[in-house]
Amino acid sequence: MKVLIVGGGKTLYFLSRNFAARGYQVVIINRNREECVQLARQLSATVVCGDGSDAGILKEAGAMGADAILAITPNDQDNLVICQLASLKFGVPRTVALANDPDNAEVFEKLGVSGFSTTRIVGSLIEQRASLEQITNLLPVGEGRVNVTEIILDDDSPVVGKLLKDINLPENALVAVVIRDNRPIVPRGTNDLLAGDRVVLITLPENHGPVLKAFTGERI
Amino acid sequence: MRNNRFIVIVGCGRLGSHLANHLSRAGNSVVVIDRDEPTFNELSPDFSGFRVHGDATQMDVLKGAKINKADVLIATTHEDNVNLMVAQVARKIFGVPHVLARVFDPKREEVYVQLGIDTICPTSVASEMFLRAVANGATEREGAQS
Repeated sequence: MKVLIVGGGKTLYFLSRNFAARGYQVVIINRNREECVQLARQLSATVVCGDGSDAGILKEAGAMGADAILAITPNDQDNLVICQLASLKFGVPRTVALANDPDNAEVFEKLGVSGFSTTRIVGSLIEQRASLEQITNLLPVGEGRVNVTEIILDDDSPVVGKLLKDINLPENALVAVVIRDNRPIVPRGTNDLLAGDRVVLITLPENHGPVLKAFTGERI
Repeated sequence: MRNNRFIVIVGCGRLGSHLANHLSRAGNSVVVIDRDEPTFNELSPDFSGFRVHGDATQMDVLKGAKINKADVLIATTHEDNVNLMVAQVARKIFGVPHVLARVFDPKREEVYVQLGIDTICPTSVASEMFLRAVANGATEREGAQS
C-alpha cells in the first residue's frame, strides 16, 4: 500500500510513523524545506518538498501509483484541491481531506472527496465519554450512518441474565460480538448476557438511543 | 448584458476591486468578500455595494454574503485553491448559475474545466498575447533580420 500524505506538524509526523510501521510505503509532501529535512531524518519515508496542490509535485511524489492520498494541511481549500487533482489527474482511488472548518466536511463529500473534521470527532468523543463511561463509541461507518458501539454491562442492566432472543431490540440493530473474560463470542439467540460482558452493538443513528436504553436501562 | 444582477466577488485585490467598482457603477448589486479588511479601501467612493469581511472558504461567510441568491460569482483572490473551492461550492452547493474563477496555474485549470467550472487563466492569456506580439514584431521587422 502506497500512501501520500500532504501537510506538516505533529499529526503528519505521527501518522507517517504509524503507517511506516505497518509496512506502508509513505510519501510526504511538505512545503517547508527545513521541516522536510527533519522529516527525512526521522522517518523511513520519502519526502518531497513543494506545494501538494501542484500537479508537478504530485507527479514527482508518485501520485500515479498511489493507493491513497491524505491531505491534512491547515487550509481547507488546499486539502480539497490536492485531493481533486490526485483523483482526477492521477487516478488515486482513495482521497481523504481534513476539514479544518467542520462545516467543510460535508462540502468535501458533496464535491466528491471524503472529508473528516478532527474538531467534530474529538468533540463527539468528549461528549460521549462525559455522558456515560460504560459506553464507548468505537467508530462511525458509512459517513456516520452506522455506529459501532461497545457497552460494558453492569449489574443494573436490564438485559443481564437474559437470553439474546428474549431481549426486545428495536429494528435494524445487531449484537455483533460479546466479549467475556477477554474471549470474543459471536452470539446467537441462545447465548445469554452477564454482568461484565462487553457487548459490541451495530446501530443506526435513528435507533441508537433506544438500543442503548435497552442495554443500560433508563439512565441515558 | 443585464445590469441589475446580484454579483458576489471574492477577493478585493486589484482585480476584484476593479471588477466591483465597474459592475457596481453599471447598476448591479455587488457584494465583495475579503478576509483582509484594509483591501476595501481599493473600492471607489461611488461603490454602492456591500463589503463582507471574512474567509470565503467558510460556509458561514458565504451564507452571510447571501450567495444562495447570487446570479454570478467571480472568485478573484490571489490563491488558486481558494478560487477553485469557492467556485465549486457556489456552483454545486448553492446553485449559482454563473461562476467564474481566476486560476494562475494552467495545469490546475485543465482539471477544473473537466469539472465544469469556468476558469480564466491570466498566465495563459498573457502568454498568448506576448507570443502574438512577439510574432507580429518579428514579421514587421522581417527584412531587418539576419
